[in-house]
Amino acid sequence: MTIKKSVLAVGVGLLMSSAAFAAELTVYTAVEAEDLKRYADAFNADHPDIKINWVRDSTGIVTAKLLAEKDNPQADVIWGLAATSLLLMKSEGMLEAYAPAGVENLDKKFVDKSTPPAWTGMDAWVASVCFNTVEGGKLGLTAPTSWKDLTKPEYKGHVIMPNPNSSGTGFLDVSSWLQMFGEEGGWQFMDALHGNIARYTHSGSKPCKLAAAGEIPIGVSFAFRGAKSKAAGAPIEIIVPSEGVGWDMEATAIVAGTDDLDAAKKLVDWTVTKKANELYNSGYAVVAYPGVAKPVEHFPANLLEKMIDNDFEFAANNRKAILAEWQKRYDSKSEPKG
Amino acid sequence: MPAGVTVKAKLGRDDIMMRGFMVMIALYLIVTLALPLYAMLSKAFSTYHFDLTQYELQVSDEQGVFGSPPVSVQQLNAKTGAIPDEKLATSSDGRLGLTKLFPEFSFRSPVRYRIRGTSGDAVFLIGSERYVGTEWQETDSNTFRRVVVRPVKSRGLANFTTYFSTPSLFYSIRNSLMVSVISTIITVTLAFGFAYALSRSCMRYKGVFRLIAMAPILVPSLLPGIALVYLFGNQGMLKSMMMGESIYGPYGIVFGSVFFTFPHALMIITTALAISDARLYEAAASLRASPWKVFWTVTIPGARYGLISAAFVVFNLVITDFGLPKVIGGQYNVLAVDIYKQVIGQQNFEMGAVVSVVLLIPAIVAFAIDRQVQKKQVALLSARSVVFQPKPNRRFDWISFAYCTLIAAFIIIILGVCQFAALIKFWPYDLSFSLRNYNFDVMDGGGWDAYRNSIQLGLLTAFFGTAIVFVGAYMVEKTQGFRTGRSLFQLLAMLPMAIPGMVLGLAYIFFFNNPDNPLNPIYGTMAILVICSITHFYTVSHLTAVTALKQMDTEFESVSASLKTPFYKLFARVTVPVCLPSILDISIYLFVNAMTTVSAVVFLYSSQTTLASVAVLNMDDAGDVAPAAAMGMMIFYTNAFARIVHLLASKAVLKRTQEWRVR
Repeated sequence: MTIKKSVLAVGVGLLMSSAAFAAELTVYTAVEAEDLKRYADAFNADHPDIKINWVRDSTGIVTAKLLAEKDNPQADVIWGLAATSLLLMKSEGMLEAYAPAGVENLDKKFVDKSTPPAWTGMDAWVASVCFNTVEGGKLGLTAPTSWKDLTKPEYKGHVIMPNPNSSGTGFLDVSSWLQMFGEEGGWQFMDALHGNIARYTHSGSKPCKLAAAGEIPIGVSFAFRGAKSKAAGAPIEIIVPSEGVGWDMEATAIVAGTDDLDAAKKLVDWTVTKKANELYNSGYAVVAYPGVAKPVEHFPANLLEKMIDNDFEFAANNRKAILAEWQKRYDSKSEPKG
Repeated sequence: MPAGVTVKAKLGRDDIMMRGFMVMIALYLIVTLALPLYAMLSKAFSTYHFDLTQYELQVSDEQGVFGSPPVSVQQLNAKTGAIPDEKLATSSDGRLGLTKLFPEFSFRSPVRYRIRGTSGDAVFLIGSERYVGTEWQETDSNTFRRVVVRPVKSRGLANFTTYFSTPSLFYSIRNSLMVSVISTIITVTLAFGFAYALSRSCMRYKGVFRLIAMAPILVPSLLPGIALVYLFGNQGMLKSMMMGESIYGPYGIVFGSVFFTFPHALMIITTALAISDARLYEAAASLRASPWKVFWTVTIPGARYGLISAAFVVFNLVITDFGLPKVIGGQYNVLAVDIYKQVIGQQNFEMGAVVSVVLLIPAIVAFAIDRQVQKKQVALLSARSVVFQPKPNRRFDWISFAYCTLIAAFIIIILGVCQFAALIKFWPYDLSFSLRNYNFDVMDGGGWDAYRNSIQLGLLTAFFGTAIVFVGAYMVEKTQGFRTGRSLFQLLAMLPMAIPGMVLGLAYIFFFNNPDNPLNPIYGTMAILVICSITHFYTVSHLTAVTALKQMDTEFESVSASLKTPFYKLFARVTVPVCLPSILDISIYLFVNAMTTVSAVVFLYSSQTTLASVAVLNMDDAGDVAPAAAMGMMIFYTNAFARIVHLLASKAVLKRTQEWRVR
């Protein structure tokens, strides 16, 4: 009797403990580690029954991981990955199309064009130029105001940008130039820019940090990074080039083949709410839900209007060809002189 | 009548157990080394190309009426030649637009297009919408721009063709060879001078010099790169010394490589000089040979195997190193960084595997030559050799002292600059001291957790690694008979040294990240990092263990067998205590290397298992250079501390267990 009872008790206990979370979701993300806990806590405040198991890494690695698991997906939901990456997943048929409740409230720019949409955007990260005023002054440089300015001879060796082959920020710059200046004009612009580039970095935030440290006075980077460096006391100005700036967004999607579609839908429904967008706003000045965003300190004021009408599909479908062309033209700068 | 039974030595229980152990450890090496390498090789030959026979198009007239018959894309291309053959080779995420097939194509035209697959598995996209199979899809001209076809998978050499027809990729071979050869020449020359001064002069403070010269082994290879940025970068303290040249590029790589390979070369050359025979010098002196002549006819030939061996070891270290060129290489592409760019930047795993194969070739050649040379060196020593004892020579001793001081100063400056940079608040604008750069938790790379993980990795690798390596070495040394098995095991144990860390790491992705692999669950855990580190540093540990075991007479085994003592008792009560100094050496070697390695683990860490060495890389990558220097120096202090503990432990152990050596 007693044994039976204790078995029963253990069994009930097990049931109870699993009842605390009715569902568990494996969520792949590239969101900063320090933000993940806040996201999960806020979500659990509304849905205490769904437990999130995060798998976090940088954008490139999460993308690679998802593609590698194409035939045996481990993730239930993707929450916070570049839209260009999600487009790759979509064209592999890896995403479950679903219109989250309340998706109509979001800015159209932030929602996949298919019906029902395969993914929904959260927030945008926007290209910008960081200009070190102290070093610029020493070198007698005027602050550039446009992309075309950067090709002027006076900036030779004073500009640094990320390599699009290893940095998502680098790729969004290149794809935005090709969209703004046209295919031919874009490559012409990059040819001229290439002459002024000191070197290409592996990461997208490094150019701005190098500009902040005065190593290279002008860094092509993204606005968020610049604002952070400026807040840390770096003598930099964040410039939004007049032609317009490229951007990418973090987005959310359900992975096709998830074990728990209901829970996944609940999570994705929540990610498009006003509350969630207020959460995104703590790090990003531009979020999908109109009217939510409060200005972030040191952020350039005219950023929103300068964001180009980005064709993500163009970026995703031509990515391979653009990168190959870029590599052919500029990556052999490595060839030793002489 | 049945044939007679062949007489065979009967295997004892001990023999079977020992062979069992050996097979187990051989299996470990096969699973953690041979199979992943095989997976990587097969990936290099896994290709993607566009199969144009898979698709059919139908084009309407200006009124939108489809009068003409459907035509295969293959035939269209044969007619127009719009897509050359080399454009058909691609990678797994390749996409091919079809508008080029129609010279008169205009997106404004009222012409409509239909596309379908000719087989059930043909895949094409309209925009990002995926279509599979033979059903017709109709689009207008504008939408037809968004139609792309997807590649099919096959096997072949196409990846290698692409590699060798992409200049920006194959230039890296020359770049890699160039920096490796130049660094090798400089390092070996400098290290020879240092070793010569240590062994042939009577200068003072030899112990201190030896200690300082070994310091670079305690830091990740990319740390000198960070120091060079602070010294010679655009805001560097000594920028004027570069005379307008940029430190980002070959100069920086060579400079930093000399720093981090110096102790490796020094150790080998010191050993080579130490075994030279004093009788030759006496003979030369009695023949009245000039010191110059003695140097070239006695010293150099005596040390030549050491020099060659040092050269190949340094060459191998430089060509396979990834951290340093990543930090200071600028636009100077080298093979190891190419692998990283292909895999992490472009998710082009196939091309990453191809570059790995290319990198394997010089590494294996250097390794093979080194092994040959080392075999010869052993033969040089004879029982009658007399150890050379230097005599004081004021002038020579002073020159030696000055030379060693210069090198030691260089090493101290590099480390000092890193520590200094780590303590500066915001270089170069706010030079006040602060501990802000140690606030790793608010930066990329994993924070203080990464540091704790690294220590955990170091300890686990040292513990399990030493156990596996020593047991393996014992079994292969002391097992009777079973010759083929033993030489196979030796070969397996030597292999890791020839495999660059980047290649091993990539091979692990292919092997362990495969969902069909039963070992798949260890992917992304600490276990895979420990396994990878043990395998990566297996060879040197194995050789240390074998050397120690060779000093023990096999009589021990015979005696214990005749006393019917099982081998494991002998192992635990005699072998391990006698070899304890070597066992400690192996564990400190594994610990220090697990703390500093970047190349193998950079593909394998997960968000729960970030590592300090990788954090140095990632913080530098994100532009947080000062915190990267701070973390690098934390690794240095930890390793220095571990070294001191090891020294004290060795002393205590020597006192307790090695007393029998003193007669």
